[in-house]
This record gives sequence, structure tokens and C-alpha cells, in this order.
Amino acid sequence: MDRAVADSSGRVIDSDIHITLPSLKTLHPYLEPRWRDYLIESGTSSLESNLYPSSTPIAVSPAFRSPSGGVSGSDLDVLRSTLLDPWHITYGIVNCTYGVPMIHNDDWAAAMARALNDWQLAEWLEPEPRLRGSIIVPLQNAELAAQEIDRLGSDPRFVQVILPARSESPLGKRRYWPIYEAAVRHGLAIGIYAGGSTGNPITSAGWPTYHLEEYVDMAQAFQAQVISLVSEGVFSKFPELRVVLIESGFTWLPPLLWRFDKNWKGLRREVPWVDRLPSELIRERIHLTTQPLDEPGSPEEFRQLFEQFDAATMLLFATDYPHWQFDSGDDALPDFLSADIERRILGVNAHDAYRF
Amino acid sequence: MTAASTLTEPATERKSKRLVVDCDIHNSLGPHALDPYLSARWRRHSELFGYRRHQGYVYPKGAPNAARHDAWPPSGLPPGGDLEFMRQQLLDGAGIEFGILNCLGPAAGQLNADYATALCQATNEWQIAEWLEKEPRLRAGICVPHEDAETAAAEVERMHDHPGFVQVLLTVRTQEPLGRRKYWKLYEAAERHGLPIGIHFGGGQGNPLTPSGWPSYYIEDHTGMALAFQTQVISYVCEGVFERFPGLKVVLIEGGFAWLPSMMWRLDKHWKRLREEVPHLKKPPSEYIREHFWVTTQPMEEPHNPKHLLDVFAHHGAVDKVMFSTDYPHWDYDAPDRAFPVSVPESIRDKIFSGNAKALYGL
Repeated sequence: MDRAVADSSGRVIDSDIHITLPSLKTLHPYLEPRWRDYLIESGTSSLESNLYPSSTPIAVSPAFRSPSGGVSGSDLDVLRSTLLDPWHITYGIVNCTYGVPMIHNDDWAAAMARALNDWQLAEWLEPEPRLRGSIIVPLQNAELAAQEIDRLGSDPRFVQVILPARSESPLGKRRYWPIYEAAVRHGLAIGIYAGGSTGNPITSAGWPTYHLEEYVDMAQAFQAQVISLVSEGVFSKFPELRVVLIESGFTWLPPLLWRFDKNWKGLRREVPWVDRLPSELIRERIHLTTQPLDEPGSPEEFRQLFEQFDAATMLLFATDYPHWQFDSGDDALPDFLSADIERRILGVNAHDAYRF
Repeated sequence: MTAASTLTEPATERKSKRLVVDCDIHNSLGPHALDPYLSARWRRHSELFGYRRHQGYVYPKGAPNAARHDAWPPSGLPPGGDLEFMRQQLLDGAGIEFGILNCLGPAAGQLNADYATALCQATNEWQIAEWLEKEPRLRAGICVPHEDAETAAAEVERMHDHPGFVQVLLTVRTQEPLGRRKYWKLYEAAERHGLPIGIHFGGGQGNPLTPSGWPSYYIEDHTGMALAFQTQVISYVCEGVFERFPGLKVVLIEGGFAWLPSMMWRLDKHWKRLREEVPHLKKPPSEYIREHFWVTTQPMEEPHNPKHLLDVFAHHGAVDKVMFSTDYPHWDYDAPDRAFPVSVPESIRDKIFSGNAKALYGL
């Protein structure tokens, strides 16, 4: 998408805007005294994961860099002047992926999630009506997570609950079902984002060496979650539940559907609640954001890939702000899309996924 | 599907037609099959302690021994354990000109490294005596204790001379990503002797299959195994294994292949941005992948629109490295005459069913 297209296409919803906590201290006013003291007494000054080392080229697009320096993604004015205004964003969905998943203390994780959500509300959603929020939950404990969803779920400014692609257990497992029950209760989508650090290695052969590997391997984390959500029967148990994969890439989807469907034909007696082809459930219930595009070298190959799955209804436009996924001046969406499909990806699909 | 494809014709008509090379056949060990090949010390160990591997994961397969119901030999041996029965059912029955044996024995996964070595040596000697010497259509992979690369390399040195061994066999779920340096001694030996590294579905060194821990069901374990292959390819490339060992060839066995184009695109894209981290890479990751990786076809991904399979071949851009396999005697066996959901052009078909494997393995 370039700016001219955005101008003429009606509603544009950016489904993946990262907001960053400038420092752990920013949360102090939002934390209950017990936990504020806990951080100060222990000298805990940061819970950054190493997924986006702040100086790597991928962390910040030159187009989204703050003119005054400072932590990228942490300044609402910069977000307005580099994205919301020039791209004519009707709604932008913000998510903050700060280090809650790496905490092993359930109560502390819950306190951090509450503080992050209150910070998000006060400093982003309240002052900027174009933004919609994502509820952060302590995935460590589904009961506490559901409580947090119930605390905020009736506020229409929150449109989803976000969970990390790298969770402690596969997200389909029943220990997480109270979260889905709460999300459905409030009409919220479940967003699964590229992140999380629970101590599990990202590959089935342990820890890789390079940041590059870890970033590329994130596609495997998403694939495993899709397999789990379907196989465990989450979509059968919660017919209203909608799932959005955020910053997942999507070119891996067609081959996964083909392998999964074939296996289901042979093994479906093991999972009798999966009463139709996995690809049908996935097509109806899962959306994916467009960045990173992971695009093929040639536009013809890209066009062929778009024919291999229901791209027109499954994809949600996203910039992945402030990450550097496309060069400014380049299109953020491929050229070959028809006006109708582009309109769907830019706004209609997000409306279906998030119902706002 | 058009009538032009011989692959879709009934088996009776196929008999008069071309033979195929099967790149994934499992020969299995019957009870005590290795005893004659083990020293008294390790026979005693087997009796007293048995096989001790990483545990904590049980995924009952869709069928006993994960085998086709009709693959149990009348002799009482396990499926894949009886050469004569394999000859009738597979080699003659399905028209196999050459078959590559991938013995998924217990050897390499042992927690006791010395026992792993003894079992690998015994398995290889058993393969020579019971399979390779008796059946000229068969070739095999050398079993190695891969977590101890130096010892694994020594086993390659000991066995490579036998003309029946055409690759070194690993399983995909290793202790560390396979590109890491702890495995390089093995690659050095494999490259020296021109033996491809074959990486087969399965294995397990204690790591959960997914980045989010252990899934509940076999359908997840089986579907998710493709992810293990994906991460290994990424590791091989990013660690610079092919800069260090430019002659090394790797065969991905039973991991699927339709995901390769997507992974190549993704890796290339992020390499462009992050290449300063891996200055040892001299070209885009997809080029290493096209040059160094072969794949076997079973379990064939089945696109909803069969034509998309041809798109996958085109996007992969290395159809000379795609090799047919059946996975005999397992339940998800792909028959040569039914495996492909689409009519494959003649020029590609011959390569996939025969030419590519003959070229790689020197058959």
C-alpha cells in the first residue's frame, strides 16, 4: 500500500502497532505498592526480551524513527506524525509485548499485566481515539488471566487479548480455556504475537545461535499454535472465538494446511471433536497480519501463493510499526491485488476479526 | 487429473512400466537381532539395563508399530523385519529398482554414549550381513551416535568402504540445532567420503517438539514434525556449514517439502536486514538451500488444488533434488502409483521417481 491508495480506499485499519514501555520505571505509578517496592528492592530495572535487540536494523524502520531519539514505539506524538496521520489510519490496534511471559511468579505476572493495561489505557487509548488496545494477561495462570479480562473486557477500546506465540504449553491445551471463555464472554478476539520467553527453546533441537534464526524460527512457533488450537478442539468448544496471528508471516500457511488435512484423514479418530478438515476451521476462525510479508522474489510467484489460501478474507493489513519490514516508498501490500481484495485486507477483514 | 499420467493407472498396468527408486524404507530389528553383533560386555548390558533413552513423551501411533496392517510378515517378525516378505510386498510388488534403508533402531538415542556406539556398530554390521549382502537392490544409511560427533565420524570411517552404504543417517530431533559446531566433525567425515547426511523424521533428545512445549496428540506430533525440519535447515544455513563444507549434501527424509519455498523467502528477506550478524554467509540463504538440500516426497503434501503442487516445485526451483519415497512399512505409506495428486510432467516425473536418487546416491 502506498499513501495514495490509502487515501482512496476508505477505512484503513493497522492491525499491528507495537507500543513500547520507555522503561520499567514508567510502570511504577501504575503498580500496586507491594510490587513497586518489590521491583525497587530487588533492583529489577528491565524485563526486555532479546527478540528485538533495540539497535538491530529490523527493530526500527527509518520511517518510524523518533526525530528526538528515545525508545522507538514509546512516543504517541511520533506514532501520530509518522504513521497515523500520513497513512490515514482509521484505527490502529496497539499491542505491548513487554516481558510478562518470562516471569515465573503468577502474582507478579498478574500485577505487571494490570499495570501495563492501565498504562496503555491512560497514555495511549485515552488520549488517541484512533487507537484500540490489547489486553495483556498473565498466561502463567489462566484464572488470574480471566480475571484481568473481566476487569477490562467491557471497555470497548480493548478489542483483543494477546498471548505470546512462545507459551509455556501449547495454547490449545485446556489449562488455557478459561482465557478463551472470558474472551468470548466479552466479544474479544485472541491475538497471538511474535514473542514470549518462558525458557522453552524455540526449536525442537534446542537453542539456535543467531538472532536471525530465532526471528525466522518464529514461524514455527505460530504453526505449532495453529496445530494445537485445532487439535485440542478449541474452535469446536468456542464457536465464537476468533484468533489473529500477529507478525507471524503467512506464506507458511498453505503447506501446513495441506499436511494437516492429509494427517487428519488418517488420524482423526484421535481427535473426534475435529469434525471437519483442519483447513476449514482455520480459514473460518484465524486471521493473519500482513507484515512481515516474507515475499517471493518474483511477483508472479507471489500471485500464485495468494491463490493457495484464502488470502482475501484471512489477511489483515499491518505495518508492524515501528519494526522495519518494508522500505519507505515501497508498497506495504503487493501490487497485484484487485481493488476489492485490497479493500478487504485494508479494513473489512479486521472489522470481521475484531468486530469494532 | 488427466489420463495421460501413468502414475494414476492401476498397478496391474504399471507392472510393465518403469521401475522406481524408493528413498525411505524401514528395515526393523527383531528381538535379539543385534545379539550376534554385540560383544559379551554389551550383550550383558542389554540384558540387565535394556535401552535407556530420553523419555517423557508417549504418542501412540495410529497403528501398532506405526505399520500398515498388511505389512506384518507371516514369519512373526515385525513389519520391515523380514527381507523375504519385503521383497514380495515392496520390492517386487511396487516395482522398486533400488531402495534406501533407513534403520530407525534404538542405537543413536541411548543416554549411555558407549552403549550408543556399540549399538550403532552392531546395527551397521547387521545391515551388511542381513540386508545389503543378501539383496542387491538395497542400500542403507550408516547409523551413528550423532551426539558424539567424533565417535560418529569414526563409525563413518569404519563403514564407508562398503558399497551398500550410501549416506549417514540421523533423526531430526537432535540435542542441538544441527548446524552447530558440535556436529562438524561428522560433516567433515561425510564430506570426505562423499556421503550425504540423511535426516529422518523422529528421534528425540529431550527437547519438546514445539517452542511451546509438548503437544497432546500424535496428529500434532506428526504434523508438527515438519517444523523440526524447518528449524534444522535454518540452522545449517545460518551457521555457515556449507561455507565450511562446500561438498556436503543433506537429504530431508519424511519431512515434507512444500514448506521449502516459504521458508526460503522468509530466510532471504530477514537475512537481507540482519546479514551483519552472519557475515560468513556469502550469498542469500535460498541459494545454499537449493544447492545442498535434497528432499523425499512422502508424506506428500496434498494441495486442495492439485496444480499448486507444480507451483511448489517451480517455487522451490530445485526439482532435481526431489526424490520419491514410500516410507514402507508405515501406515502413511505413499504408493508409487497413487502418491501424486496431480499429473506430473514426464520430464519431472522420471527425475523424481528415479533419476535424482540415482544421481545423488550413485546407483
